[in-house]
Amino acid sequence: MASDAHTNTNHASNHLETATLEGKNKVLGFWLFLAAEVVLFACLFGTYLALKSQTMSGPTSMELFDLNLVIVATALLLTSSLTSVFAMSAMNQRKLKLMQFWLGVTVFLGLAFLILEIYEFVHYIHLGHTFMSSAFGSAFYALVGTHGAHVTFGIIWISSLMIQAQKRGINTDTAPKLFVSSLYWHFIDVVWVFIFSLVYLLGKVG
Amino acid sequence: MGTLTIMVVVALFLAAIVLGGYNKNFLERVKGSTVWDWMTTVDHKKIGIMYFMSGIVFFLIGGLEAILIRLQLMVPANDLFVGDIYNQILTMHGTTMIFLAAMPLLFGLMNVIVPLQIGARDVAFPFLNSLGFWFFTAGGIILNLSWFFGGAPDAGWTSYVSLALNEYSPGPGVDYYVLGLQISGIGSLISGINFLATIINMRTPGMTLLRMPLFTWTTFVASALLLFAMPALTVGLLLLMFDRLFGANFFDYTMGGSSVLWEHLFWIFGHPEVYIVILPAFGILSEIISTFSKKRLFGYTSMVFATVLIGFLGFMVWVHHMFTVGLGPVSNSIFAVATMAIGVPTGIKVFNWLFTMWGGEIRFTTAMLWAVGFIPTFVVGGMTGVMLAVPPADFQYHDSYFVVAHFHYVLVGGTVFGIFAAAFYWWPKMFGKMLHEGLGKFQFWTFFIGFHLTFFPQHFLGLFGMPRRVFTYQANVGLESINMLSTIGVIGMTLGTLAFGINIYRSLFIDKTKAPADPWNGRTLEWAISSPPPEYNFAQLPLVRGYDALWVEKEAGKKELTPAEPLGSIHMPSSSYLPLVMAIGVFISGMGFIARGDYSMGIFGLIILGIAMFMRSFEVDHGYHIEPEEIEKDKGVDA
Ligand code: HEM
Ligand SMILES: [Cu+2]
Repeated sequence: MASDAHTNTNHASNHLETATLEGKNKVLGFWLFLAAEVVLFACLFGTYLALKSQTMSGPTSMELFDLNLVIVATALLLTSSLTSVFAMSAMNQRKLKLMQFWLGVTVFLGLAFLILEIYEFVHYIHLGHTFMSSAFGSAFYALVGTHGAHVTFGIIWISSLMIQAQKRGINTDTAPKLFVSSLYWHFIDVVWVFIFSLVYLLGKVG
Repeated sequence: MGTLTIMVVVALFLAAIVLGGYNKNFLERVKGSTVWDWMTTVDHKKIGIMYFMSGIVFFLIGGLEAILIRLQLMVPANDLFVGDIYNQILTMHGTTMIFLAAMPLLFGLMNVIVPLQIGARDVAFPFLNSLGFWFFTAGGIILNLSWFFGGAPDAGWTSYVSLALNEYSPGPGVDYYVLGLQISGIGSLISGINFLATIINMRTPGMTLLRMPLFTWTTFVASALLLFAMPALTVGLLLLMFDRLFGANFFDYTMGGSSVLWEHLFWIFGHPEVYIVILPAFGILSEIISTFSKKRLFGYTSMVFATVLIGFLGFMVWVHHMFTVGLGPVSNSIFAVATMAIGVPTGIKVFNWLFTMWGGEIRFTTAMLWAVGFIPTFVVGGMTGVMLAVPPADFQYHDSYFVVAHFHYVLVGGTVFGIFAAAFYWWPKMFGKMLHEGLGKFQFWTFFIGFHLTFFPQHFLGLFGMPRRVFTYQANVGLESINMLSTIGVIGMTLGTLAFGINIYRSLFIDKTKAPADPWNGRTLEWAISSPPPEYNFAQLPLVRGYDALWVEKEAGKKELTPAEPLGSIHMPSSSYLPLVMAIGVFISGMGFIARGDYSMGIFGLIILGIAMFMRSFEVDHGYHIEPEEIEKDKGVDA
């Protein structure tokens, strides 16, 4: 069973990413990895919620957070999830150019999000809210920063996959990679929704 | 940077000596060497053997530390290892035994045996398997290098804050703990994902979930625990690293931090961790007792159910390590009840083992002796566990030698006995040689008696008020003779371990007889192929027709497993040096961060890791094929 699944590369399935056993393994393994990531972020959220009022006479979340900026960032990231879906549907129709276009838009939106986030952090630091200023500061940057690091990694990853797809085309080797990178991107997005509500919205009501 | 250059030069120098000087064939000879073959292998059996062997090395190191601890505590007011150095030995003993001995020994067994038991040619992610191993090794080496560069961690294996913060633990000790464990922890997480995907996706036709052998089942559940527990440790260690190296304030209460937070994160990981190391031992026991009683495992489905239930409940009891913190009566009661509830599925297992033996044709091989010795020993540990789970009583027991006695009964009497049992049972499958039964029985009796002599009295030490982790005690308060007894018991365990060492040496280097494919009249698929198995495991994937797949065929009077596919060319993954490079990258990075300073080495290591990841991503690797003609005549599917 294992051996013929490998050789069977021109499987007529619509889902190129799970056409081979390797592809199936990769997708399953990635879902498992995401489960671990859920726990990781859950722990960071727990830490943040436990420490968020420990501002040590520094600025509080109420004074700091600017919802307008965050809403723009949220819109950018949510849209990038949508474009990533478009990219995957283009991939399964074997439309390389279209897929590359949508992946490019995704990466671009991710970059824009990242720039806003960096701007936000720099702004906070000027206001005296730093990683070292209080337990609140540490917990805030640990959580939001870990998310930001994930976005950064995602941008680098997807860009490198775009190069691979350009060189080798869409096949049973590249498709699973592209697919799991899009899973990853959605995951980052979901985490952001929680950050938006539990950090920013909750931070505004005290 | 200087140290690094020196290390690289020395490594090249050594390689040149071993391989006979530099010339243009040097690289070829490196690639042809056995060492290179093992360092780059992605074969689950070889990786399993490497896990197992490094586990044994760390077990010896941890054992040495244990001997030193008991020497210090042999007599009251002793001054052999006082204060700081005692704390280091104690911390490293616990950390080594849990993370660097118990886990890799089990991972080794899982790696070799699970794919064979489910009739697979390899694991789902051969490359990641190798990566997990090398990360684990890098972390283990970092932890133990602490002895030579700046002092070992000394804040206990639980590394509680505030003790573990810079203020109270200056020096790099705890940094070694934080980074070493982080790296080996990532390795474990990778392995866990690999085992899960393997068991879900790679089973041979007919191997339904409820036909899987129990060792496979317990590996599955233990891996799920790894998957959900390990990230809590990752976060805990990350935050502790931030506090120690980058001036964050997660745990510093003067800046609003919370020390209870560390305890939560650590035990959300820590309690599942103890089940990660005991569940596979349960699986081992089930296999061995069934084989040597020549009976189907009693209550197979209830065993599976109990395993899953233990795994599930294992996540809801972590606060029993924190009863004395003061979280309040409500949370203490809830967690107490949940903890006691775990006793129920555990009890189911014990009775199932006993009923399997009942009326069976029992053969007391060494493996079976260990399994039988396991049962009463583990029951004592479980009983003291339930005693500890009663919060008001725990206020008395907590942080006393009673707790030490409890967890050694479950960890040594459970996990270590189980690993020894598995070693004797699966040794022929791993190495193609047998271990000597006589030596094994000598080992069992010395170790078994020594173990009980060491740890049974410790219950009373605890009840008489001796705190754990303190390097000495007073004379004339009734603790001398019990401590002396406890130290004397170490002689038995040491003798047993030496006998095991001799046994290994004998089997690998002296004994020339080859092990048969099926030395124990086994019941599961791994006994259907030669010992050791060919690199592709099964020439033809077998068709499984019931639980105890091989036994079903034996009962039907067949000589071979029923194949599920025609003989054909077999796809194999190609070996890769990249996992090793990645591990070297994180190793350099870890050491760089521990050295503090400007972190340039730390970043340099991460760059190596990043480059290797790119290389892997861009590599086109289709593996290679083994053609039917090359597959030996004994196709390896004899029953
Ligand atoms: C019936 C099952 C069990 C129960 C009810 C139980 C209960 C407990 C409780 C309440 C404690 C905390 C004691 C204290 O610190 O005051 C404890 C500690 C401990 N248990 Fe268990 N346990 C059980 C099984 C196990 C198993 C199977 C293992 C490992 C294989 C294990 C390993 C440990 C360890 C390592 C500690 C001490 C951790 C430390 O403080 O360093 N236990 N147990
Ligand atoms: Cu526990």
